[in-house]
Amino acid sequence: MMENKTKSACDTCAHFNADGLKKLGVKIDNFDFVVALAGNPNTGKSTVFNALTGLRQHTGNWPGKTVNRAEGAFEYNKQKFKLVDLPGTYSLLSTSEDEEVARNFILFGKPSVTVIVVDASRLERNLNLVLQILEITNNAVLCLNLMDEAKRNNITIDTRILSKDLGIPVVPTSARFQKGIPELIQTISELANGKIKCNPHKIKNIPKNIEKSVQELSQKIEKEFPTISNSRWIAFRLLEGDTQIIEALRTGKMATNEI
Amino acid sequence: MKSNTNIENIIALSEELRWQIGDDFHDNLAESIYADASKIVEDAVTKDNQKSKFRLDAKIDKIVTSRIWGFPIMLFVLGVVLWLTIIGANYPSSLLATLLLDNIQPLLKTFGNNIGFPWWLNGFLFDGIYLSVAWVIAVMLPPMAIFFPLFTLLEDFGYLPRVAFNMDSLFKKSGAHGKQALTMSMGFGCNAAGVVATRIIDSPRERLIAIITNNFSLCNGRWPTQILLATIFIGAVVPKSYSSFASLSAVIGIAVLGIFFMFFFSWALSKTVLKGEVSTFNLELPPYRPPVFWKTIYTSLIDRTIIVLWRAIVFAAPAGALIWLISNIYIGNESIASWTVHFLDGFGFLLGLNGVILLAYIVAIPANEIVIPTILMLTVMVTGIHGGVGDGVLFELDSVTATADILKAGNWTLLTAVNVMLFSLLHNPCSTTIYTIYKETNSIKWTVVASVLPVIAGFVITFLVTQIWRILIY
Repeated sequence: MMENKTKSACDTCAHFNADGLKKLGVKIDNFDFVVALAGNPNTGKSTVFNALTGLRQHTGNWPGKTVNRAEGAFEYNKQKFKLVDLPGTYSLLSTSEDEEVARNFILFGKPSVTVIVVDASRLERNLNLVLQILEITNNAVLCLNLMDEAKRNNITIDTRILSKDLGIPVVPTSARFQKGIPELIQTISELANGKIKCNPHKIKNIPKNIEKSVQELSQKIEKEFPTISNSRWIAFRLLEGDTQIIEALRTGKMATNEI
Repeated sequence: MKSNTNIENIIALSEELRWQIGDDFHDNLAESIYADASKIVEDAVTKDNQKSKFRLDAKIDKIVTSRIWGFPIMLFVLGVVLWLTIIGANYPSSLLATLLLDNIQPLLKTFGNNIGFPWWLNGFLFDGIYLSVAWVIAVMLPPMAIFFPLFTLLEDFGYLPRVAFNMDSLFKKSGAHGKQALTMSMGFGCNAAGVVATRIIDSPRERLIAIITNNFSLCNGRWPTQILLATIFIGAVVPKSYSSFASLSAVIGIAVLGIFFMFFFSWALSKTVLKGEVSTFNLELPPYRPPVFWKTIYTSLIDRTIIVLWRAIVFAAPAGALIWLISNIYIGNESIASWTVHFLDGFGFLLGLNGVILLAYIVAIPANEIVIPTILMLTVMVTGIHGGVGDGVLFELDSVTATADILKAGNWTLLTAVNVMLFSLLHNPCSTTIYTIYKETNSIKWTVVASVLPVIAGFVITFLVTQIWRILIY
């Protein structure tokens, strides 16, 4: 009786429960949550993907290595997570094929959690993509990867300030050496189960006239589609004249979030 | 269903607003994002620039991508990888050959006899299928087990994007995409992998060029052929102390020639059937990362070596069976194999090759790896040298010298070897690559072009080399 109680308390406590983890490789059925893995090229997304799923996708030190959307799975505390490794992109604004695959998945694939993998030693450049993703989705975690390289370059990052500024949890990792992976899994699980609430950073410093237009437009969008959470981002895209988004509005795809 | 008029109103409003805010909206938004990013970094990141490793990376890049040193360093790196492969593969190769061919094969045959197999079944199984598989393992496994991990280490270290950087202007001049340097490098491992890697090229025109010309990257199935022939024939024409240097240079020469043809055909295609603008792109030079050594060795062994070797074995087994069958089924006085060989001899002579070699390349369409074993089997059969086993049976070979003896008995000369090296570079892709090209292009037309173009190039080049050689030497 006592034993059972202790065990169940452990299962739910905030610390990593190593017994509850099973790397499922490619066995993806009946999953409870979908997790997307996004990030700039060459930040080690595939290495993080391998560390989470136990798969051994080949990784290489050149940008653009992952051309396919790779999928894998892991089980944690009896919940199954399907993991989708998106192609690495620098931005979601322009329209190369890679960027479209990544954007459409985050937008229409409705992942429960988006893991944004960044290179800790090149944070500023990587934040461009991070801030764009945070406009689209609310549930995200920043995987501050390649911490070993940042350390070698004498870069120190205050993860608490970073997390506060971005409004999402930040987990430092060195995926090549399996460091920080348990913490990442724990955070993914808490985000998926709603135990952590995000309040993601929205782009500031926008010229006044643009900000006004964006607000006007996003209010109209919210009125029309009350369930949509990223009306501001849709407003951005409409102002840019993004035909795909206009089409998605017309067909109702935007509201139902179906691919 | 939402009311369409409301949605159309929103879209109309957005168009009106877009007109109001002007066309620098995109730039404004991008600037806002950068401003936010730099503010956040200012808050959270502290950096000691004095000791930064970026400086070291930049210093290395200055050398390896410099105008003067870039290309020599590339050739040097390729040379070191090949040299390690040639030197390192020799010993394990002969060890495997002794084990699989000298020791296990006779045991299997005795075993077959003892349990009363008829002669044809015994021959079919152990002289056909087993021997060709054993040969492929002995010839292919050691160089692959050395070459692939070395290549993967280079890849993980971050050298490939520097290669792309060095060669970018050459690609631009030939009307191709700079990222083709990356897919070309992947092709040195395996052409099928190189063809898949062309997905990183967005423009369909440039991607097609990269796919069609990928076969000019000498793939792993062909390196051992080059190395073996260079060692036997090229190494022999210079004084012994220079022989390994000479054979190494010959192999590198063939690889460089392949790159030359790749540029030539990229240029020719972009000037004719695949005309168009060269697209620009950003190539990030990633930081150098010391590879996680043992993990890299392990994954490259599992991911590449074993998979490629397995494929070779899968194709070698039926090829071995086929060779045994065509050598042992007679029409009149001649076996099918010897009939075909004699039929192809005339054409082969024009190209400085022979019927055996041409037949071997037909039998070996499924996998380049089995070309040399097939040539040896067929040569033994045609010349009638017997190792006491019978027609269409692989000879017992445990060293390079024994291979040399067989080839010389088959009337091979230096010219034959040079032409086989050239033809090994310039012939159709293996069936796996052809299938991959079809899957990637979804077009029978381009698949045929990609398959036939190199063969024609091979016929033309070997023909020219042979005629010039014969005029000059005789």
